[in-house]
Amino acid sequence: MKALGPILAVVAAIIALWYAAAVPMNIQEVLTQAERAGAVVEPEGAMNRRDVSRFALVLKNADHLAESWSMERARLPAPHQVVKELWASTWDEEINGRRGIVKSGSLSNRSLIYHGSITLGATIVGFLIGSGLGILLAVGIVHSKTMDMSVMPWAIVSQTIPIVALAPMIIVVLYSIGVEGLLPKAVISAYLSFFPVVVGMVKGLRSPDAMQTDLLRTYGASKPQALWKLRLPASVPYLFASLKIGIAASLVGAIVGELPVQRGGLGARMLGGSYYGQTEQLWAALLFAAAMAAILVWQIVWIEGKTLRRMGVTP
Amino acid sequence: MILVFAAVAVWIGAWAFNGWLANGRFSGLASVRLAVPLIFGATVIVVWEMIVRGLAVPAEILPPPSTIVGAFFGNFGILWPDFVQTFAKGALGGYVIGCGAALLTAILVDRYDFLRRGLLPVGNFMAALPIVGTAPILVMWFGFDWQSKAAVVVVMVFFPMLVNTVAGLRDTSAMQRDLMRTYGASYWQTLFKLRFPAALPFIFNGLKIATTLALIGAIVAEFFGSPTRGLGFRISTSVGTLALDVVWAVIVVAALTGTAFYGAVAWLERRMTFWHPSQRK
Amino acid sequence: MNQPVISASHLDLTFQTNDGPVHALRDVSLDIGKGEFVSFIGPSGCGKTTFLRCIAGLEAPTGGTLTVNGLSPDAARRSRAYGYVFQAAGLYPWRTIGGNIRLPLEIMGFSREEQAERVKRTLELVDLAGFEKKFPWQLSGGMQQRASIARALAFDADILLMDEPFGALDEIVRDRLNEELLKLWDRTGKTIGFVTHSIPEAVYLSTKIVVMSPRPGRITDVIESTLPRERPLDIRDSAEFIAIAHRVRDGLRAGHIDD
Repeated sequence: MKALGPILAVVAAIIALWYAAAVPMNIQEVLTQAERAGAVVEPEGAMNRRDVSRFALVLKNADHLAESWSMERARLPAPHQVVKELWASTWDEEINGRRGIVKSGSLSNRSLIYHGSITLGATIVGFLIGSGLGILLAVGIVHSKTMDMSVMPWAIVSQTIPIVALAPMIIVVLYSIGVEGLLPKAVISAYLSFFPVVVGMVKGLRSPDAMQTDLLRTYGASKPQALWKLRLPASVPYLFASLKIGIAASLVGAIVGELPVQRGGLGARMLGGSYYGQTEQLWAALLFAAAMAAILVWQIVWIEGKTLRRMGVTP
Repeated sequence: MILVFAAVAVWIGAWAFNGWLANGRFSGLASVRLAVPLIFGATVIVVWEMIVRGLAVPAEILPPPSTIVGAFFGNFGILWPDFVQTFAKGALGGYVIGCGAALLTAILVDRYDFLRRGLLPVGNFMAALPIVGTAPILVMWFGFDWQSKAAVVVVMVFFPMLVNTVAGLRDTSAMQRDLMRTYGASYWQTLFKLRFPAALPFIFNGLKIATTLALIGAIVAEFFGSPTRGLGFRISTSVGTLALDVVWAVIVVAALTGTAFYGAVAWLERRMTFWHPSQRK
Repeated sequence: MNQPVISASHLDLTFQTNDGPVHALRDVSLDIGKGEFVSFIGPSGCGKTTFLRCIAGLEAPTGGTLTVNGLSPDAARRSRAYGYVFQAAGLYPWRTIGGNIRLPLEIMGFSREEQAERVKRTLELVDLAGFEKKFPWQLSGGMQQRASIARALAFDADILLMDEPFGALDEIVRDRLNEELLKLWDRTGKTIGFVTHSIPEAVYLSTKIVVMSPRPGRITDVIESTLPRERPLDIRDSAEFIAIAHRVRDGLRAGHIDD
């Protein structure tokens, strides 16, 4: 509980700063709208205001400040506006919306829950494939010297390459041969989580020290036995560290994968929000994605805790 | 079809050769350790070329490496300004600002325990989020040009760099801190003489992670909107016209840039943290 | 003796834990005069390190008084009255040996020429002349510890506080360092507080041996050594040495009977 105090203080400070920043950010449009509605602003005429600094405008028009927090399509929507939009596109849309799940039996294509589930599907499928293959390759690398010397340097180098740059191409190429929907995005997600898992898992499988491996040799243990009884258990902390990185990378991959061919998903929603100037929508989608990332990572942490406890490692 | 069989033969042959190198008497030599992955990489490229030509795969699906090399040199005139836009201005600018800001914030966080207990969990949380999602917002605020890309990079590298630096500043033993107390050293003396040098391995870990994030951030940010220049822009437009050889050429540029950038920071790390056990094999 | 350099009177240090109060020090009174070599010996938890840390101003007593050079320990610390040597050498791997010895001198504001001169002088004192440009990891454990002692001597504090400095070294190196430390003490005339686990080491080095015991941390015996100032290593086989060691052992056992 003692730890919560500073965190809440910092979060409160961030929210306060957000509200404060919204004022100078939105002031130009606020004044334009106010003038159109007939109010007198200083200086008059949008042309005259263009070259005046935002802070000067704020100081001169103090009575219009509060409107910064309720503007539509604001440059910086206020926190409560974003929360309102979040509510409207999740619970409200599904329960009360015409196309929501209550009234039509399926998820509304306007709701973030729908888009989120599209992105989530690709993320999880890709993550499972990528980590699964990554673990297999890691086991191969640790047991075959040829594979180790040929492939491992490339696995390490690949971490310095922006693999995500491949995403649009993969999507478009697969689309042109008729593969669309979840699979191309899952391929990107898999690819992004693959290498971190390989590198982390190899480190983990190699983590037992010489003393431990020597002991097993004195027992005449075979390689598979050593793998199962020593290396795999020893690699668990390293594996989970990479899984946390991997799942975050998978989510980014799925989002980027939704940009070229927009068939729903949080990435498409963000892009749409930016094209049509629907800033609240953009922010709401971003926060929803952030929340999803947090929940996914937290899930891994939870599984890690349970696994380590089962293994007798006190956290 | 002959090419396909030949490709299989080449693969098996090269793998066997590598196997002989890796498991034989010469496996410890530095030259062999360099040759094996290079042979593997070269084999992949040769087999790729042979299979794509042998199966007559259309260029819109997967072009052969020879075409890509041609596209790389052929389009050099466009690729160079793209590189400058994305890397030199966007990624590098954001990298310097983001890492610098993170270092200064880390010192503040270290000084004031309240900030550390509040900001660090928030920072850890932010480091795991899909920050690339902020790209459209930053494009809206900073315009289409490189400044918005630099802004995305700043946001992406800030939190991992902050978390690593704070961890590094705290990685001194109680004994070391006690020694400083026996000298009557001030906070700033302790910071510059003990904690900052001791933190360097962690700081470089953060800097290396940041190099990858910077390039990813700059390129992906360009997917969301960019002037008619930039690696990300080139990828999305070439994908649109199915000029996949250009796309691959851009990816080669990105890959080379990524490894060179990372390598430069790693080289600096070896020079500045020569004393750390991890560098003193 | 005239004005003692270190004077403790009814010193108490109690700290509260989940299992109740722990009396790290109870009613400790001791005077240490100028130029004395005082060893503190006792089992774990007897408070010897805690007492040394109180003198150094690294811990705060909860009762009683303690003065160092007539000042409070904290004021003495800030006036750089003593050099402290820990059990581990704790040298900075990113500085050369010379750089490490310069560390306190830089903090305390000595001039560049002074720093160079002091580094040279202290390295000679600990027999490490010529190792100035080497890095700590290039030296053996014993040499690193010698460098750590040189570092503590560099700024000419009158007091040297040493907390089991040779505990991590093997016996052969330890013997040699004991001899060197004694020669150093003779040459510089410093007041030395020395914490150790080893009875022969305590008896060999000290002019005064303070035997302590745990639960609560207290002094059970203070032995004024009758050994001469000149001490070759084989004085450890003499009858006088054995008698003093015996008395120390008795003191240690007496502390344990209360268990």
